[in-house]
Amino acid sequence: MTRFLFRRLAILIPTLIFVSMIIFGLQQLLPGDPAIAMAGEERDPQAIAELRAKYNLDKPIWVQYGLWIGGILQGDFGESIRIQLPVSQLLLEKLPVTIELAVLSMLVALLIGLPAGVISALYNGRWPDYLANVIGLWGLSTPNFWLGIMMILLFSVHLGWLPASGYVSPTEDLWANLQAMIMPAFVLGTGIAAVFMRHTRSAMLQVLASDYIRTARAKGLYERVVIGKHAFRNAAVPVITLGALEFGQLLSGAVLTEQIFSIPGFGKLIVDAVFNRDYAVVQGVVLCTATAYVLLNLLADIAYFLVNPRLRT
Amino acid sequence: MSELAASSPAAAKKPAREDSPTRRAFRRLLRRKGAVVGLVVVLLFVCMALLADWIAPYNPTEADWSALRGEPTLEHPFGGDELGRDVLSRVIYGARASLFAGVISVLLALAIGIPVGLLSGYAGGVVDGVIMRFTDAMLAVPFLILAIAMAAFLGPSLANAMIAIGVAAAPIFVRLTRAQVQSVKVEDYVEAARAIGNSPARIAFRHILPNIWPALMVQSTLTIASAIIAEASLSFLGLGQQPPEPSWGSMLNAAKDYMSDAPWMAIYPGLSIFLVVLSFNLLGDGLRDALDPRHRD
Amino acid sequence: MIRTSALAALSAVVLLGSGAASAQTLRFGLAEDPDALDPTLARTFVGRVVFSALCDKLVDISPDLKVVPQLATEWKWSDDNKSLILKLRPNVTFHDGEKFDAEAVKYNIERHKTMQGSQRRGELSAVTSVEVVDPLTVKLNTAAPFAPLLATLTDRAGMMISPKAGKALGEKFATAPVCAGPFKFVERVAQDRIVLEKYDGYWNKDNVHFQRIEFRPFVDATVRLANLRSGQLDFIERLAATDAKAVQNDSKLKFASITEIGYYGITINIGKSDKAKTSALGSNPKIREAFELSLDRNGINKVVFDGLATPGNQWVAPTNPAYAKSVPIPKRDVAKAKQLLKEAGNPNPVVNLVTPTTTDASKIAQVVQAMAKDAGFDVRIQATEFATSLNMADKGDFEAYILAWSGRPDPDGNLYSFHACKQPLNYSGLCNPALDEILNDSRLTTDMAQRQAAWEKAAKIINAERPIIYLLHRKWLYAHSAKLTGFKEYPDGLIRFVGMKM
Repeated sequence: MTRFLFRRLAILIPTLIFVSMIIFGLQQLLPGDPAIAMAGEERDPQAIAELRAKYNLDKPIWVQYGLWIGGILQGDFGESIRIQLPVSQLLLEKLPVTIELAVLSMLVALLIGLPAGVISALYNGRWPDYLANVIGLWGLSTPNFWLGIMMILLFSVHLGWLPASGYVSPTEDLWANLQAMIMPAFVLGTGIAAVFMRHTRSAMLQVLASDYIRTARAKGLYERVVIGKHAFRNAAVPVITLGALEFGQLLSGAVLTEQIFSIPGFGKLIVDAVFNRDYAVVQGVVLCTATAYVLLNLLADIAYFLVNPRLRT
Repeated sequence: MSELAASSPAAAKKPAREDSPTRRAFRRLLRRKGAVVGLVVVLLFVCMALLADWIAPYNPTEADWSALRGEPTLEHPFGGDELGRDVLSRVIYGARASLFAGVISVLLALAIGIPVGLLSGYAGGVVDGVIMRFTDAMLAVPFLILAIAMAAFLGPSLANAMIAIGVAAAPIFVRLTRAQVQSVKVEDYVEAARAIGNSPARIAFRHILPNIWPALMVQSTLTIASAIIAEASLSFLGLGQQPPEPSWGSMLNAAKDYMSDAPWMAIYPGLSIFLVVLSFNLLGDGLRDALDPRHRD
Repeated sequence: MIRTSALAALSAVVLLGSGAASAQTLRFGLAEDPDALDPTLARTFVGRVVFSALCDKLVDISPDLKVVPQLATEWKWSDDNKSLILKLRPNVTFHDGEKFDAEAVKYNIERHKTMQGSQRRGELSAVTSVEVVDPLTVKLNTAAPFAPLLATLTDRAGMMISPKAGKALGEKFATAPVCAGPFKFVERVAQDRIVLEKYDGYWNKDNVHFQRIEFRPFVDATVRLANLRSGQLDFIERLAATDAKAVQNDSKLKFASITEIGYYGITINIGKSDKAKTSALGSNPKIREAFELSLDRNGINKVVFDGLATPGNQWVAPTNPAYAKSVPIPKRDVAKAKQLLKEAGNPNPVVNLVTPTTTDASKIAQVVQAMAKDAGFDVRIQATEFATSLNMADKGDFEAYILAWSGRPDPDGNLYSFHACKQPLNYSGLCNPALDEILNDSRLTTDMAQRQAAWEKAAKIINAERPIIYLLHRKWLYAHSAKLTGFKEYPDGLIRFVGMKM
């Protein structure tokens, strides 16, 4: 077990190094000079030159990369050229928001996806199967930004039930916070519900056709007991491991959903930074989310390993 | 009974057609109504895209100042958009851009993913290690961020959006191909092929690929669905199809400013995206059921 | 009976209480998140909206673009026009209690001029030194007369920060800005909100009716308006033109508008790089004239801005006193355009139009494309991300470029940097010595009549060369709760919070 863990952790490092190179490289590829993009409307040449010097933009690429990595190892993620605040401060501010949104979205996804998958498997081939399928797939088949705008127009403008957007910290006002997060969580959750539906359905179908279910049925146990105990417990395994991975994706920030609902999380931060050529922000945030994703992957592997005795040998 | 039929003169004329795995899979696919509906809808939209020149009533880029955000009428069944162009014609032509975005991106992803996956899976060792770490790294960067950065780098256009989405989706296929290769690599027929001295390339193409295409087909169909959504998202940010050419995504982007004024501008492209993407998803799920030997209806 | 009336009384008290409390906080919807809240480093328009509540300036402008007192009460130019003497308002304090005096002004001007990364250096380049005459009198010296100086001081260059805070925080000033405006800084969460609170030591505090202002950025105009309609916001800026009617029909909202001091135009590369020689528009003034004649500015206004913009053909709007009446807006004339193209020997010129991917620019480009087609032009829209387009413009890597300018109170601010030789915003590459002389002359005198005459001459030259085809001047569009009163529109698009109440 420890060997397995050690080996997996060792793999993490080159992966993260590659991530840093990919995201750094992509930023450098972006056309347009950040100093000019950040310069005032007047494009004062001296201000531009000073900006370039301050953020090391005039140095060769490998030097910039080295400076950046060096900074990261010391805990300095650089500074946002646009608002002149440290990236680490931005990260700490946005992390709880993104995590809360991710957790709520997962809940929505599970609430929709799991039942849909179960129903689909149980009534395989009949109309509840197809209905559950469509419900599960519906969120995946609609662009997030689209669904978001439609929901705002319906629930905020026409019905006035929910606030249109904006974020209130849960420590300030829990009820207002939940009100603000319901719609974006719904939009994001429906998007990934399909994954849960598919895997639940697939796992359940497998298990339903397997031997010990037949044996349980033969023994005359109630249908519900049969399903509940054996089938569901076994179908839960891939769902748990999958849950960890999808959580990782959510952590990366639902880029457009946060934009529409003005939720100050990672997604919004990254998109704005790409268009503003705010290198340090993009690099810092992506590196963080990638690390989180990779770690969650590792956790998922460990969970799968622990749960599945066959892999232990 | 069947032996008699097989030995009869009539049977001798017709060569005995074996129930191949493909045909069995196809029959299983047809049995799943969701997949059938999906397939039919996809084919309908493909036809619409191919026959656009003949079925669209107007030129999609022709502006008609009098129909500015006009309501749906007999002349313009889907109404007019923000520059007075016919929404129906733009939806029809938009199918081209959106379907293209979906299919070409995935073809590109396959073109990159399959060879790299084959190499990685077959070679093993350090090569496999490096490739997989790089693939993992690409998968760790949020898909849309990769696509946005690449599209921004290449410049806003439909073609560049397709390239960006294709490259961002390639790692999925690298991983899938490699996993399939690894499981197939140890099969007897591959060992045998190697024993008799076939080159790795020959083994890859003649023995490995034919056995892994089902999984690739399933994933491709599902990725086409995601790619169409991705194109819509990139267009929303101004990075996809550029005006005046239509794509459903860019139409939605323009429509969002006129939601109360001219909702038809948003309804029809939105509905089209939904139908096509849902259909690809249903088709993909159906394919998975049909091709997966573990699933028995 | 008693219970219900007690309940009614209780709820009335609660309602009154909450009503009074909520009337004290103004929730403002911005179109973007501002950049650094440091007047020396700031560079966005939206930052100026926050500054107008946070930082007072030496002088301000009135709705008809006249300079009015704010932190300075009087001013006059010396006889040789090389010094601007300002008398300061007495008993003004910064948010940290420090006194505002001539030393503070000197500190601020020097900070604007010398701090690393300062965006104000160009604006204040004419100022050579600052003299403290007495605690309430300060003298700004220039090498040569510079008429636009006073107007420059109505913006960030004239904003005064507390020297104590400036020295203590240095370049981190933006993390906790201390100024002398009606509201003081409380907190900022990037991309979420900026919170300001009423400053009880403000010199005009009796006219400040809000206790708190919360600025929230909402990038999407539809969502911004949705928030206003659902009651989360009290005021939004940059309402989309297409939403104007909906706001006007809503009894709970009020609509306000004013023509901007900026413009939207097509910049043409006539000499910035080699592309000028190879492009149809860049190489032949007749083709440029034909291009302008093929456009119907009223049509563009109607289609893109719902008629809520003002067509124009100069760097200031036709209603501006500085507008050159001798160069009126040409009417669309497709026949003449075709004729000119024939004379130029190029009946179907190709125009590569660099268009930023913003909605407005994109729509303008499409309309221009359709209109110019009637005269034979083949306009190809080259959609480019904004940040990239700035680079291209800087290098001259374009033929034509749709670009907007937010405008400056003094017409020189819309003119000099664009059309004088080798100036930073001169993307067209125009270099006409006669024009340079006229522009320089217009800066040397503070006599408006003389400056106006100079601008008339400049308009003629610019119109003949067409380095920029000016299209129109947008209107600043606002929407706010009907309960809000005291809002006055200003052509610079900024909000003056003093006097507003709900």
